[in-house]
Amino acid sequence: MESMEEETPRIGVFVCHCGINIGGVVNVPEVVEYAKKLPCVVYAEENLYTCSSEGISKIKEGIAKYNLNRVIVASCTPRTHEPLFRGACEEAGVNKYLFEMANIRDQCSWAHMHEPEGATEKAKDLVRMAVAKSRLLKPLEEPEIDVTPSALVIGGGISGMTAALCLSNQGFKVHIVEKEPELGGMLGHLYKLYPTMQDASESLNHVVNSVKSNKSIEVLTSTVVKQVKGFIGNFEVTVQKANDETANFEAGTIIVATGAPIFEPVGMYGYGEYDNVITQLRLEQLLKDGQLKKPESVVMIQCVGAREKEGRTYCSRICCMTAIKNALLIKDLHPDTDVYILFRELQTYGKHYEEHYRTAQDKGVKFVKYLQEKSPRVVSGKNGELTVNVYHALLNEELKIGSDLVVLSTPLIQHEDARELSQILKVPLGPDGFFFEVHVKLRPIDFATDGIYVCGTAHSPKDTPESVSQAFGVASRAAIPMALKRLRTEAITAVVHENLCSGCGTCVKLCPYGAIEKDEKGVARVTEVVCKGCGVCAATCPERAIEMRHFTSEQVMAQALAALGRTSA
Amino acid sequence: MREKSSVLVIGGGIAGIQASLDLADRGLEVYLVEKTPSIGGRMAQLDKTFPTMDCSICILAPKMIECFRHPNIKLLTYSEVEEVSGSAGNFTVKVLRNPRFVDESKCTGCGTCMQKCPIKVPNEFEMGLGMRRAIYLPFPQAVPRVATIDKDNCLYFQKGVCKICEKFCQANAVDFDKKPEELTINVSAIIIATGFNLFNPSIIGEYGYKQYKNVITSLELERLVNASGPTGGKLLRPSDGKEPNEIAFIQCVGSRSQRKKCFPYCSSVCCMYATKESIILKEHKPEVEVYIFYIELRVFGKGFQEFVTRAREEWDVEYIRGRPDEIIEDPKTRDLIVRYEDTLDRKVKELKVGLVVLCPALIPNDSNTKLEKILGAELDEHGFFKSKDPLFAPVDTNVPGIFICGYSQGPKDIPESVAQSSGAAARAAEVIALVASEEN
Repeated sequence: MESMEEETPRIGVFVCHCGINIGGVVNVPEVVEYAKKLPCVVYAEENLYTCSSEGISKIKEGIAKYNLNRVIVASCTPRTHEPLFRGACEEAGVNKYLFEMANIRDQCSWAHMHEPEGATEKAKDLVRMAVAKSRLLKPLEEPEIDVTPSALVIGGGISGMTAALCLSNQGFKVHIVEKEPELGGMLGHLYKLYPTMQDASESLNHVVNSVKSNKSIEVLTSTVVKQVKGFIGNFEVTVQKANDETANFEAGTIIVATGAPIFEPVGMYGYGEYDNVITQLRLEQLLKDGQLKKPESVVMIQCVGAREKEGRTYCSRICCMTAIKNALLIKDLHPDTDVYILFRELQTYGKHYEEHYRTAQDKGVKFVKYLQEKSPRVVSGKNGELTVNVYHALLNEELKIGSDLVVLSTPLIQHEDARELSQILKVPLGPDGFFFEVHVKLRPIDFATDGIYVCGTAHSPKDTPESVSQAFGVASRAAIPMALKRLRTEAITAVVHENLCSGCGTCVKLCPYGAIEKDEKGVARVTEVVCKGCGVCAATCPERAIEMRHFTSEQVMAQALAALGRTSA
Repeated sequence: MREKSSVLVIGGGIAGIQASLDLADRGLEVYLVEKTPSIGGRMAQLDKTFPTMDCSICILAPKMIECFRHPNIKLLTYSEVEEVSGSAGNFTVKVLRNPRFVDESKCTGCGTCMQKCPIKVPNEFEMGLGMRRAIYLPFPQAVPRVATIDKDNCLYFQKGVCKICEKFCQANAVDFDKKPEELTINVSAIIIATGFNLFNPSIIGEYGYKQYKNVITSLELERLVNASGPTGGKLLRPSDGKEPNEIAFIQCVGSRSQRKKCFPYCSSVCCMYATKESIILKEHKPEVEVYIFYIELRVFGKGFQEFVTRAREEWDVEYIRGRPDEIIEDPKTRDLIVRYEDTLDRKVKELKVGLVVLCPALIPNDSNTKLEKILGAELDEHGFFKSKDPLFAPVDTNVPGIFICGYSQGPKDIPESVAQSSGAAARAAEVIALVASEEN
């Protein structure tokens, strides 16, 4: 496109009244007359509403009649209206990057509502600046890429399998890479699942069988991801089997569903020291195997290694309901066993969880509120019997609870090898160690890097319904580019002037999309289809070796000089 | 070969918006039906969002505009689903388009009519705290940016006079003769995203809502602290327009309760939004004292515990464990005395504040009952839509081809709603893929 013949700019300016929104303050005809006198402007007119279908036709007519090759609309905000006007230009044969907008509503008639003359002058300034930039605009193309209609799912737990099945039902191929020898993940270790109390292994087997019998899902167990190259639509994946054999395949999208193990509370509350101090997960196993000998008194301690002052500061979300569920299971088996749950704040949020809490209370499970600053203590007697000392914050009483089974509720934590995977994929981990999404509120399962998504407990602690919901969610996010088959990527991208680049690598580190790397010559190279045009690299490059298309130094400088009433050399 | 496959999305809040965009972005056609004049839902009313403190409308508006501009999305605002027949892969849906009395294709949203209209009525979007005209845009970022005439309050419809909006509309968009229209569409799948309503706190008589002027709800507070709200972002209390120096939040108003007309479940978001609102109040006026009355602090989401710790330690928000029994108004000053038992030191105490903010239960949308009849998708005992299998099919209903997401399925926050809405979109896409494979 750089080779495209340079044409003399022929600019058309369309100034919008926006009813009385602009026209009631800014003297629109005066701005039009002013625009006509600016260099390279061959046509200018006013519209009641440039965005109406009539206004759009006027732009197209203007382009045809006056042979315009640049268009400026002085109206409202590009945030809402630029795509519309760009579309009009495109339909009339003008590259949409040759369109420029001046926001004379927000910045003139609204901001200076009571100063019509000043607002009019400012509108002229903005139009002049737009013209200065417009003259230097270059047509840009949005590169198109093909998308491989196949996904890589990392992790074969319930999240990964749910996502894989959903994608396959939508017509895509899937590779599941699971580092363990079997599919199933955490659910394989659980007994009953709240809130329905259904059997975990029964439900899990059903899902595992569906995955195994699905012809479009290839399962690679005892396998890890070793290397990922490329970008959305075209990832080249290298995996390694337990026997060190490697294999390569292509993937259009990648889903991180690596799950989360529990924290092992070694050294806390006598764990590792006394046999009858166990984790909630171990209790689950004992219940599942039918090996739980009837205890007389069970004490469950919540927030063990969670919601700490430093370190694991987060709440692990699932532990309160897990404790309540297991307490109920024990009560069902042994109604006369005493069960205590020592909690800080009970997290029985949502639709049906509060009801389980009530049921547990009704069945005699005793809830004891403890304070972080007065944590319970587990003491062992002469014959190995345990006593849990705890300050009951609501009764203002020190309790000494004899117990033959102490169960510690510990948080879900990130896998040790997650950092390695995050580096392979160039996606971040958050301060809590979990994979960090691009936007907490509105893009909760996307990474900043296009084509890579996260679901389940790899993202943060959550229970089965929440993991499954997110797994279906990523199956939609990942399906979008694969269903489209071809993608248009950003035209406004970074350009490296190789002769200026010192190879310092600042841009490589700062690029939030992993779009820049150093090439064999040691200078920065931008993978254009990955670049989002954010400009971080251009702004920080100490050598000013990087420029953004559509916002080149020359263009921005011309605009700035025009603001000062000067013309560029 | 049939034309593009379509999906109906019911509800234009963040959940419905996300489901629609996911489907449209992959090339499927979406009909997004919204009962009110604009999409945006509850999120549009919020000032900021926890725990990131993003400006709510600033992050939502681009998605709303994307829905409007998307070639694959047909926005049917001010419309309701009336009838549904057929089954997964082939539903026939009748949609009632209520007349706005303004031509959507002509109105440019310039706002002239709203300046000229002589009638002022309380604005629903501002929770009745601000005024709008009888011809109105519910809020500045409304999508579509098209005026609506509120027939019940319009002078012309009520008394046969005025028509001043028509006179001043330079786009000739006002049309008093517009009739309700019925639209029949064919869709392969349906997604329900009806969101939540607020519990009416008047039911808890001892808190004096609507009786004491300075007892307000949290959603009213959101508008009062919002820069584009009725007070321009200044927290002015209703009784005298003064800034209160002490503010108390009360959690679980109508939720976690076995009382009649109350709800047993936890609304899931109130502890966190009260924390957020407390920080906003402190940001606006650092010397203000803020108290949050709670039973159990629900801090289970990503970054939530850390957010509460920050509120406590950096902003001095005071959390008091106890559900107040009663609020008494000082008839002279209109200040409020909150009587409560501090359950951590087992004493009955009183706290005098200038403003009380009630955090009411978030309850199922009242449209759900009507939709249950129309769609056959079952509701649970609370009035939320029931998942086919709460564990492994959370977004499926008992009717194949009809899916649920967001608060319509049960209490959840914005990110959970967004993720789940994408999930419902994926399930709907599965239906379409299945139909396509059967046709081939």
